[in-house]
Amino acid sequence: MNAAEIARDVSAGRVSAAEITAATLAQVQAVDGDVGAYLTVLGQIARSSAARVDERIAAGERLALAGVPIALKDNMCLEGSRTTCGSKILEHWIAPYTATAVARLLEAGAIPIGKANCDEFAMGSSCENSALGVTRNPYDLTRVPGGSSGGSAAAVAAGEAAIGLGSDTGGSIREPAAFCNLVGFKPTYGRVSRYGLIAFASSLDQIGPLARTVEDAALAYDIMAGYDPMDATSLDRPVERTADSLRADLSGLRVGIVREFDTKALGERSDALYREAYRDLERLGAELVEVSLPTADYGLATYYLIAPAECSSNLARFDGVRYGLRVEGADVRAMYDNTRAAGFGPEVKRRILIGTHALSSGYYDAYYVRAQKARTLIARDFERAFAQCDLIACPAASCPAFEFAAKSDPYSMYLMDYYTIPMSLAGLPALSVPCGWATPEGANLPLPIGLQLCAPLFGERLLLGAAAAYERATNHALAHPAQIGPVRA
Amino acid sequence: MNPKYEAVIGIECHVELKTTTKMFCGCRNEFGGEPNTKTCPVCLGMPGALPVPNAKAIEQIVRTGLAFGAEIPAFSKFDRKNYFYPDMPKDYQISQYDMPLTIGGIVKYWLEDGTIKQCRLTRIHLEEDTGKSTHAGSGDGRIAGSSYSLLDFNRAGVPLMECVSEPELHSARDAVAYLESLRRTLLALEVSDVKMEEGSLRCDANVSVRPAGTTQLGTKSEIKNMNSFRSVERAIASEIERQVEILNSGGRVVQETRGWDELHGVTHSMRSKEEAHDYRYFPDPDLVPLAIARDDVERWKMGLPTLPCQRFERYTAEYGLSVNAAAQLIDNIALANYFDEVVARTENPQQSSNFVLGELSRLANETDVAVGDSKVTVEHLAELVALVQSKRINSKIAKELLVRMWDGGGSPNAIVEREGLAQTTDPSAVEHFVDEVLAANERVVADYKAGKTNVLGFLVGQVMKASRGKADPALANELVKKKLSS
Repeated sequence: MNAAEIARDVSAGRVSAAEITAATLAQVQAVDGDVGAYLTVLGQIARSSAARVDERIAAGERLALAGVPIALKDNMCLEGSRTTCGSKILEHWIAPYTATAVARLLEAGAIPIGKANCDEFAMGSSCENSALGVTRNPYDLTRVPGGSSGGSAAAVAAGEAAIGLGSDTGGSIREPAAFCNLVGFKPTYGRVSRYGLIAFASSLDQIGPLARTVEDAALAYDIMAGYDPMDATSLDRPVERTADSLRADLSGLRVGIVREFDTKALGERSDALYREAYRDLERLGAELVEVSLPTADYGLATYYLIAPAECSSNLARFDGVRYGLRVEGADVRAMYDNTRAAGFGPEVKRRILIGTHALSSGYYDAYYVRAQKARTLIARDFERAFAQCDLIACPAASCPAFEFAAKSDPYSMYLMDYYTIPMSLAGLPALSVPCGWATPEGANLPLPIGLQLCAPLFGERLLLGAAAAYERATNHALAHPAQIGPVRA
Repeated sequence: MNPKYEAVIGIECHVELKTTTKMFCGCRNEFGGEPNTKTCPVCLGMPGALPVPNAKAIEQIVRTGLAFGAEIPAFSKFDRKNYFYPDMPKDYQISQYDMPLTIGGIVKYWLEDGTIKQCRLTRIHLEEDTGKSTHAGSGDGRIAGSSYSLLDFNRAGVPLMECVSEPELHSARDAVAYLESLRRTLLALEVSDVKMEEGSLRCDANVSVRPAGTTQLGTKSEIKNMNSFRSVERAIASEIERQVEILNSGGRVVQETRGWDELHGVTHSMRSKEEAHDYRYFPDPDLVPLAIARDDVERWKMGLPTLPCQRFERYTAEYGLSVNAAAQLIDNIALANYFDEVVARTENPQQSSNFVLGELSRLANETDVAVGDSKVTVEHLAELVALVQSKRINSKIAKELLVRMWDGGGSPNAIVEREGLAQTTDPSAVEHFVDEVLAANERVVADYKAGKTNVLGFLVGQVMKASRGKADPALANELVKKKLSS
């Protein structure tokens, strides 16, 4: 069942939150040994949350997410739960407080089923950088679920949750959504509070939902979005509801196709799928216009200076002094070194080194300052493009889900986010929606492909509305079942 | 100091602001307490916690800048200063790098002889304080040789003002006078307790010397660990002497950080320039740039209190008070405010200060009641000053009246009226008392006439007594003399 259906049924008393929770935990029990979506299953917390929701419903409360089982990416704090970021350095850390976005979902009746695996500190595009577990793609268990929010994506795809909470820094919601046949939505930067989201790159991180339908994503977003006095970067301006904006068609909309994003490079099948997707948008009444993002090609280089620079500072606190892993040493300096050497994986160390270098005296202007300037230019490109169109359509990822260890060279992994990073740098709302299936060479099963739609700042309502229209008209998500998927009612 | 050389000193002060809550979270900003009880995920640097700036702290810094005539830029921002230290929860400090809240400004200060000098400020910026380490097992509390350290984060995240002066001070005495003025101003602004012993004021001094008459700065050392104004003075004086000796013997001063050793009265090397950190400052992405509204700045400017140096100039130059009297008033802001109100009504600062610093302060000390909270209102003290000034009562009566006013309140005019305490300045009335006294003291009069002129005081005293203190003492004195010599 989708989240919207569950919430309706639980609210109407047709089924209890306890029953939904029990069924979901049973599904986790049945499939998670193969999928590996969760690092921690919150059985007790889930059951007591469900009991409370049922009490509230019985008392006549109306809850938008009544009984909806959710997966929390393990970089989000939930009081009393282990919160690891997929890292050895936080392997046994129990969060002493709850993230604002999570608290809002729980208050609306959602049931936290578990803490989902992710690339260590959200650095990666396949979940392979997790130090604590392997997550497999429910559509092909020999392949990665994408990342970094791969555990949340796999959980939803495998029926272990109705909504997955992810965080997107350069594509970490949109790419796993594409890999797992889901809708993955990154809101405008600042729309959803980051309080309690363990930071990777503060100026880019944004929490968003992964769901089986646009409606579900909108439902979760509407609950999470809005100003939070605990996050100085959260925006203090009114939020438009999106759940009631789902459109029937795209008439009157101009959709920009990015000249520089040539889909031929993605292979014949993907190229054909994207062309068909653009034609579908046209058939739904949109006018296609060509737009240019001349600096988008610098996105990757820009991102891999800004994000590591911020992470080098954000991750300094993991020093063994106050919490998390501590490996003793002869003095405090040696303790730092031993702790961080043992606690962080290779990709995290690589980014800390890159970032430390980029901020160093003598290199700061050449790297960090220039990257910030490039970031401004990229944002301006989007501004110009949005003068000609209402939405931009392009691929969500460079390829379908790949096999484990297929991208062992870091740069080839970084390229996975080629199409999603520019929107992150510009702070724009963007989502991935299923747009067809491809069976790449060597694959035994058809693999889902995602179309990325992007709107101007604060264009969530338009974005989700248009995605819903496309989803309803094409229904690509339903074409093939997952290898391990939700129990069909 | 060797006249061949000139010392050049700049002072960096860290001042904990007196806000209700910490800089970036809602924890109480209070000194002391059970360790780690005034903490939360934000000030402990817990994963995922985010800072939200305290608007009151920003206001206090801007008001301080305004008090010193600093420029308040329209925009400011917070930066991260990155370095590892166990008592710094995030292993970076939120500070301000290239866009401080206030730029420039002038601190005026005065020396014991009343000379007023000034030193320009470079900037004032806002940052967060660190926690506190206690090193155990080393005997002397130092980290060297300690077996473990304890951390208290109650202080972590307390708003800290860093106030940097230009290198424009030229002696240890000037440096302390500058600090005194800074301290007095911050107290007047009510932005800090400024207690060196509690660490709410901490300062470092940059010291260099150069041949007298030259303008190029010599190599400086930075002096730390000074825990009182007296140690600031001693440390700077000792450092100047050390550098002069080095130069005199043909050596070169090395740029380094030196610690003041209070016990031995010397500075010792802590670390050289080569060991300096690369702090990798960059704008804090958790905090948005600050826009300082001009309306707020104007409002804060209008609301500034009278500043210590303004008072000092007025009290000494305009009112002719002594440096000591001026300082006494300035250092008791409530008393100075009271004094100013009395002066505004009497236009007689000298007599007003006599009462305020003399009898009233004595009574305040004895009864442990502040002058401003006593029953003696400024209006009534002003009346009393006027009574003395117009010679309607003499100073002895005035003192007695003041005690009565302190105990029971009331208008001195009314008391004088009611009890007929007005000074008798009518010569015939006083003459009447004089005649009475001379008649009753024939032997004393004889003594006087025999040359024992020192009995004059006794006779005048008797006259005063006979008049129940109301006779004008000068007139009584004059008349007694006149009668005796006739």
